[in-house]
Amino acid sequence: MRTPEPRAGRGDGPSIPAVTPRYSLVQEGTAATMTTLTKPAPTKRRRARNPRTWLRGGGLSNLLFAAPMIIIFGLFSFYPIIRAFVMSFQKTNLIADPQWVGLLNFQRVLEDPVFWVALQNTGWFALLALIFGYPIPLIAAVLMSEVRRARGLYSVLAYLPVVIPPVVAVLLWKFFYDAGPNGVFNTMLGWVGLGPFPWIQDATMAMPSIVLEATWAAAGGTIIIYLAALTGVAPELYDAAEIDGAGIWRKIWHVTLPQLRGVLLITLILQIIGTAQVFLEPFLFTDGGPANSTVTLLQLIYRYGFQNSLGGNYGSATALSVMLALFLALLSFVYFRLTSGWSKN
Amino acid sequence: MKSPIKALTLTVSALAAIGLLASCSNGANPGGGESADGQVELSVVSLIPGTEQAAFDAFNNQVKQFEKANPDIKIKPVEYEWKADTFPALLAGGTLPIVYTIPFTDGQTLIENGQIADITEEVKALPFYDKFNKNVLSAGTDDKGHIFAVPREAYGNGLQYNRDLFTQAGLDPDKPPTTWDEVRAAAKTISEKTGAAGYMQMTQGATGGWQTTVATYAHGGRMEEIKGDKVTATLDTDATKKSLQFLKDLRWEDNSMGSNFLYDWGTINKAFASGQIGMFTGGSDLYTALIRENQMDPAHYGITTLPLEGKDGAVLGGGTLSVVNGKASEAQKKAAVKWINFYYLQKYLDKDAAITDAKTLAAANQAVGTPALPIFDKATLDESREWIKDYINVPQDQVAPFTSKIFDQPLVIEPTKSTQDIYGILSPVVQAVLTDKNADIDALLKQANADAQAVLDRG
Repeated sequence: MRTPEPRAGRGDGPSIPAVTPRYSLVQEGTAATMTTLTKPAPTKRRRARNPRTWLRGGGLSNLLFAAPMIIIFGLFSFYPIIRAFVMSFQKTNLIADPQWVGLLNFQRVLEDPVFWVALQNTGWFALLALIFGYPIPLIAAVLMSEVRRARGLYSVLAYLPVVIPPVVAVLLWKFFYDAGPNGVFNTMLGWVGLGPFPWIQDATMAMPSIVLEATWAAAGGTIIIYLAALTGVAPELYDAAEIDGAGIWRKIWHVTLPQLRGVLLITLILQIIGTAQVFLEPFLFTDGGPANSTVTLLQLIYRYGFQNSLGGNYGSATALSVMLALFLALLSFVYFRLTSGWSKN
Repeated sequence: MKSPIKALTLTVSALAAIGLLASCSNGANPGGGESADGQVELSVVSLIPGTEQAAFDAFNNQVKQFEKANPDIKIKPVEYEWKADTFPALLAGGTLPIVYTIPFTDGQTLIENGQIADITEEVKALPFYDKFNKNVLSAGTDDKGHIFAVPREAYGNGLQYNRDLFTQAGLDPDKPPTTWDEVRAAAKTISEKTGAAGYMQMTQGATGGWQTTVATYAHGGRMEEIKGDKVTATLDTDATKKSLQFLKDLRWEDNSMGSNFLYDWGTINKAFASGQIGMFTGGSDLYTALIRENQMDPAHYGITTLPLEGKDGAVLGGGTLSVVNGKASEAQKKAAVKWINFYYLQKYLDKDAAITDAKTLAAANQAVGTPALPIFDKATLDESREWIKDYINVPQDQVAPFTSKIFDQPLVIEPTKSTQDIYGILSPVVQAVLTDKNADIDALLKQANADAQAVLDRG
């Protein structure tokens, strides 16, 4: 059973283990090219760097090929980012010349009572999404990886919600969430004597209801990532654990989770960034209601910029965007700093 | 890069991509200025997208007629429909034409933001300027008396009711309620007999605050008080409290408001048209949207006037304003007001123009003869209605409870300062009253008033 394979021994704790087969292929591939490249002395490479060789080496056509992407990114990504940053220090109606107002926009946002509500709500959403949305895909993936037959079917079923366009999914769930006794969910729960629940029509229930839909909608993508990562866990580790007398829970705790930690770290930070930017669900489900109980930061940005004041408040909108972006950048930085040791074992 | 042909293809495709982008950004530029031969190019909104060809033909004829009379103006029509979700993007993107239309609710905010042009001089020069209903004209006028918008049509808010649900509940659809107590009783009956929500109100975005303002005006209150330069928020008066208490009673005592409480203009229309709501307050021009967009059976539609209380009880007016883009040049501004006069106003003043307009609307499957308020005087409106009576397609007897009484009701326009912000502050209050049994109306309004005052103070 324990025939030594060439890959054996990698399970002893290599740095950032080959979490997915695709990932490992890339890693091995780059490792191979690195060695072949480094052999013929680095000096040769350095000498190659001058404009003429760059030109002769196809630099121009490289640039030409890259040009459409550079232009498109520049026009639709970098330019708006820079513009937004500039606008956060301006008062503008996009018609008259903008006026510089210093930090006034930032001050206004911080003085807005709804900002603090939105901040709280976004935190609450992130927490709920973490509690429900983070472990569920992992559990589902672990269970699915244990299934021997029709695994493809389960993957398809898990991934199906991701295929449905998000707006369609929300509108569909909005219909399910009808608070009347004839609403779809209320009817179903009525069969077992529960409800009717107000779902999104109640300040306390609205946010959990939204998280429920968001979890359902997003779980599929994460499950696929975990499934792929799980196939990268060397089976002999389980065999070894089994011989040592580990049960299923100890195997998961001591083998599966440590082996997945690289992926777990990435999905966690992605989820935190994602939840901090939640917009679509509260926007379509409740438009921030009832009584601002589901207003999120991004939705507030939208409101400043486009909704109530008919676009009069681009300053506050961009100021809040800049603050959110800085916060997320800082968070990601700190997070990776703190966890870099962990992921490297 | 081995073959020259390949290189050529690459260059051409790269250039094409750049050209495409460049033309995109050109397209975002609203209708030029003067062309070489001294002609003023004027982009104007035409009809809503998807309108039938016959209506476009009629519109193009009007354009030809106008250009013949004004050879120095070249009209460039753009299809357009004002929608709450697309308009802010058009505005921010700068892609609106020179002449476009907006609802009354947006007038004051766009004026404050400096996004529409001052056309005082041009409007005052119109020969019939003195005939304007000053009350309606004020929707597009700032506090210094400068005119930024010309009313195109005006309506009053009324009580919309579903005649079919009235009949099902055993109520007489020809005798709609005339007091708020009767509204409450009817709502309870409808709710008990049909299972639909007897009464509902818009609550989302700015619409919740807008309709709370309608109810407040009807109870004799106002949202702000202007003395000189000082604007005071008055969101927490008895009138507003009464109108919220009314909702609270219907919701928590009578349970006659159904179970869904998050509605904006579009969704409440949909729910009303499909028979889920018995009554709600809204503009008297709703008929078109209900029939055309929500496929309501015209026979089910009914509207009556709002019950007014107190000595200041009034109807909040609404309507459409035609405005001139803030980017317009002087020449374009002059041409724009000429077009506004020709296309939007002459139908009230000139028989041929009235008939042409009615024909166009009828051909476009739009409603002709929705209950309207006069933008000039009532006699002028009556006369223009008489001219087009053959084209009227709104069942006049079903709107009679409204049209027979609306002219006796005082019409007041919306709060003029930070209108949309104040509406936005009020909406969560309405939502709280409808979703939280223990909502404290006094405390909520006190807080809302303080928030509104903060917005007003920073101007």
